[in-house]
Amino acid sequence: MGVELFLQYIAAGVTYGIIYAIVAIGFNIIYNTTGIINFAQGEFVMLGSMIAISLHGVMPLLPSIVLASVVTMFIGALIEVLFIRWLKSPTVLRMIIITIGLSILIRELALSIWGEGVRALPYFTGNEVSSVEIGMIRISPQVLWVVGVCLFMVAVLQGFFHFTLLGRKMRACAANPVAARLCGINTKNMVTLSFMLSALIGAVAGCVVSPITYSQYNMGTGLAIKGFTVAILGGLGNSLAALGGGIVLGILESFSVWFMPSAYKDAISIAILLVILFVRPSGLFGSKERMALKEF
Amino acid sequence: MRVISRVFLLLFLTVFLVTPVMASDTIKIGAILSVTGPASFLGAPEANTLKMLVDEINSKGGIKGKKIELIIKDSSASPEKAISFAKQLIEEERVFAIIGPSTSGETLKIKSICEKGRTICISCAAAERIVNPVARYVFKTPQKDSFAARKIFMQMKKMGIKRIGVVVGNTGFGKAGKAQLEKLAPEYGIDIVISEVYDKRATDLTALVTKLKAKGVEAVVNWSIVPAQSIIAKNMRQIGFNVPLFQSHGFGNIKYVRAAGAAAEGIIFPAGRLLVAEELPDNHPQKPVLLKYKRDYEARYKEEVSTFGGHAYDALMILVEAIKKAGTDREKVRDAIENLKGFVGTGGIFNFSPKDHNGLDIDSFEMLTVRNGKFVLLEK
Amino acid sequence: MRKYLGIAFLLMGIVAIQLVASFTDSVYYLTQLTMAGYYTMAVLGLALLMGYAGQISLGHAGFFAIGGYSSAVLTTYNLLPYRDGLFYRLLEALQLLQKREDLYGDTIVNLHPVVAMVVALLLSALIAYVIGIPVLKLKGHYLAMATLGFGIIVYRVVLGTALFGEADGISDVPPFRFYGDLGISGDMDLRVENYYIAWISVLLIMVLFINLLDSRVGRALRAIHGAEDASRAVGIDTGDYKLKTFVLSAVVAALAGVGLTHFNGGIGPSEASVMKSVRYVAIVAAGGMASLWGTMVMSTFLNFMSLRGYFGSYDDALFGGILILIMLFAPEGILSISFRRAWKRLIPRTERVRDGDTEGR
Repeated sequence: MGVELFLQYIAAGVTYGIIYAIVAIGFNIIYNTTGIINFAQGEFVMLGSMIAISLHGVMPLLPSIVLASVVTMFIGALIEVLFIRWLKSPTVLRMIIITIGLSILIRELALSIWGEGVRALPYFTGNEVSSVEIGMIRISPQVLWVVGVCLFMVAVLQGFFHFTLLGRKMRACAANPVAARLCGINTKNMVTLSFMLSALIGAVAGCVVSPITYSQYNMGTGLAIKGFTVAILGGLGNSLAALGGGIVLGILESFSVWFMPSAYKDAISIAILLVILFVRPSGLFGSKERMALKEF
Repeated sequence: MRVISRVFLLLFLTVFLVTPVMASDTIKIGAILSVTGPASFLGAPEANTLKMLVDEINSKGGIKGKKIELIIKDSSASPEKAISFAKQLIEEERVFAIIGPSTSGETLKIKSICEKGRTICISCAAAERIVNPVARYVFKTPQKDSFAARKIFMQMKKMGIKRIGVVVGNTGFGKAGKAQLEKLAPEYGIDIVISEVYDKRATDLTALVTKLKAKGVEAVVNWSIVPAQSIIAKNMRQIGFNVPLFQSHGFGNIKYVRAAGAAAEGIIFPAGRLLVAEELPDNHPQKPVLLKYKRDYEARYKEEVSTFGGHAYDALMILVEAIKKAGTDREKVRDAIENLKGFVGTGGIFNFSPKDHNGLDIDSFEMLTVRNGKFVLLEK
Repeated sequence: MRKYLGIAFLLMGIVAIQLVASFTDSVYYLTQLTMAGYYTMAVLGLALLMGYAGQISLGHAGFFAIGGYSSAVLTTYNLLPYRDGLFYRLLEALQLLQKREDLYGDTIVNLHPVVAMVVALLLSALIAYVIGIPVLKLKGHYLAMATLGFGIIVYRVVLGTALFGEADGISDVPPFRFYGDLGISGDMDLRVENYYIAWISVLLIMVLFINLLDSRVGRALRAIHGAEDASRAVGIDTGDYKLKTFVLSAVVAALAGVGLTHFNGGIGPSEASVMKSVRYVAIVAAGGMASLWGTMVMSTFLNFMSLRGYFGSYDDALFGGILILIMLFAPEGILSISFRRAWKRLIPRTERVRDGDTEGR
């Protein structure tokens, strides 16, 4: 394997990884405030990009993405209010099943709204064949958009959680909901907020990856499974660890194509997940103590 | 125990309240199509086409005064559902014939059921195993994969290409195509240096095309019916891998061209003439049929016609033609289909025979390419 | 003897449905009821695991597929080219081979379905045992994800491997004959017989499970479900009980897979898909989590309706909807629904009603 090829694989791996990581971060936000894994997280990504594509028919790119993200955010809030908020101490099993059901319903709804066709947003800069040469490798400018937007979102989230009052309230809820309630924080609203935030992140991610991956009513499930794998790989609940986990998984996947038939690519990444679950459930970058703290 | 009694009440009610209504002055035609699910891009246009055609035929008074009663069952590409539906259609609805299924896997599962039930089945799926070996009652309308493979290899020979890479999607279509390409390549002196299968839901295939590029192939053949085929095209161009890209006849949907955008330019692929109907010379026998189907479909459903819907068009129209010739005796109609010659459909001109239950030859394909976002004939 | 009252009712129900169907000239309903019967077997195994041992499995279709696929591969793989080999002669001498002609007149020699079934069951037990040891140590989301992962791997492997027919699956699986012509086959003439074969199997599994739950094992399982740590403290080997239940439910699912594959004459990758596993979970949830009878009824009803095609294109949506509605309003299952309580649940801020869940967060 030449150096050029090696770098090309690394670049492809990082692209996959960052896409997975952004879905994983959505998982983490909800998990931290509620202890729920939202199996419908992938559907937020799908909704964001599908709505943006529909809106792009009548308005320019940027406003359609912004509007789509806001709409998806409110869908996230609506889901929380309708299906989660009023449940009294639901069990993990119950929540898993409810969110799986939601994901199926949203997907089928999307099928009846948008049909089975494949759609895509246009490339933000350049077009399908344009590429940027960095050193010895060539990548699409959209990949730079994906990397840039995702890193930006991670940075903003870290800032939000550490330097704003609202963010700190959410952290308080994650660390100890009872104590947070005693301090006068409305924990229920914080949960709604976490759904909105994670829907927003999903939607933005859906929009930036749409030109590369295309959007279809059933794109959510695959992304959700990969995102979940990455969230656990990094250590459930931790956003920076998700980024690391995503890049590790992405690079492993991209190199796995070299050694074995790519038909088994997904089986490989799931097998890695299982091994991690068995040997080190706290994730590559996590520890038991950190998991107990549920830090973003 | 209360539970159990409630249950049986429930079951009895569902079983016996829903009894099929019989009507004898109609011709019942069943269709098993994957309208939803992973193969909905096949089943949805097929179902639309059938509904449109049946409405049109019935509004003109039906066939020989008998109206068609169409029963569409959505199998969502699950073989177990296709099996259940085939049994239902044959044993209780006693349909005259079955159109579909949309996928090869389902068709192969119901092949023996139709055979035992002596019911004509005209499949809209591609695999050659559907008609080879020939089963008495089973026909299919899509062109044979081997002809598409031959067309591609003939074109490569013209272009002087010797070493190629093959990539296919993990669907029944991709699987069948890979087998044909690998079987026929030596005949044309072409060397398949690498062949790979990718996931039908893949979102980025840069790693795969990088592997192809490293092998130094002179052309790439991609055989799939899923959206990922546009991703291959994009990723190849993005990493600066500019060898000719050949696609299979599964590329026959303008949506894929639009999805691939500029990367679709110059893709070469074999396809039926439906996609280039306007470009055909006026004296081409298929032209009026193709133009009418295309205009009707696009006017009614506000979406572009695809070759997949065309397979259902051919299946139904072949059946209608045979009924017109032979009446409503199933055996006679079966014989009539088997002896049908020169039938002009969307996929080509069908000439059936007892040995050939597909009826299309290699000329049913044209080599097309994409120029300025449109399908055009490669040589004109 | 009270516990056999239900079994007696079930037997009467099975016979009654057949008689009514035969009298009203609508035996074709039995085809889908037979198929539903096999799915019910698989779902009952899952109900034992989820409802009684309290362990979720989002990969149960994987075991169904392992059973179905192993049996399909072994009974369709033509051994004729190996007829001079020692192994072939050994199998022939032991009368473990079956010679038949296919639809097109070619001779095929394959393993006898009984051998195939034994291999399929042993294989699924082995796989369940090996993955069960680490998987069942996990809890909550981790357990859900690990089982989901297992299901996805099985799906990927059948979809990517030529031996398993890739996307096309395997067709032309021969009937499983027990005696003369009698056996599991999709033949129209054997419809009634097949209905009884499937449903007597369901009945036997029901008897097995009821006895199991009524024994020391059942009490241990209930204790684990209620409070795992406490049961360990009183000396129950929780890991061992969970593992045994997991293996048992996997073997039952595989058996169902073997049966349905012979009945259908084939199997495709859709049997291994995640959606299939989710459906099984939906049915167990709708049946009331810890109710074998409820699960059996819901499974028969929903599978029958789905296989008849009554749900049309809304099949998946319906299962998703069932999952949500049941989990929101009636976590104890649809047959135990009390409208007054459901109404109370709908309106927040009323006094806290007893939550049906037994597993703490």
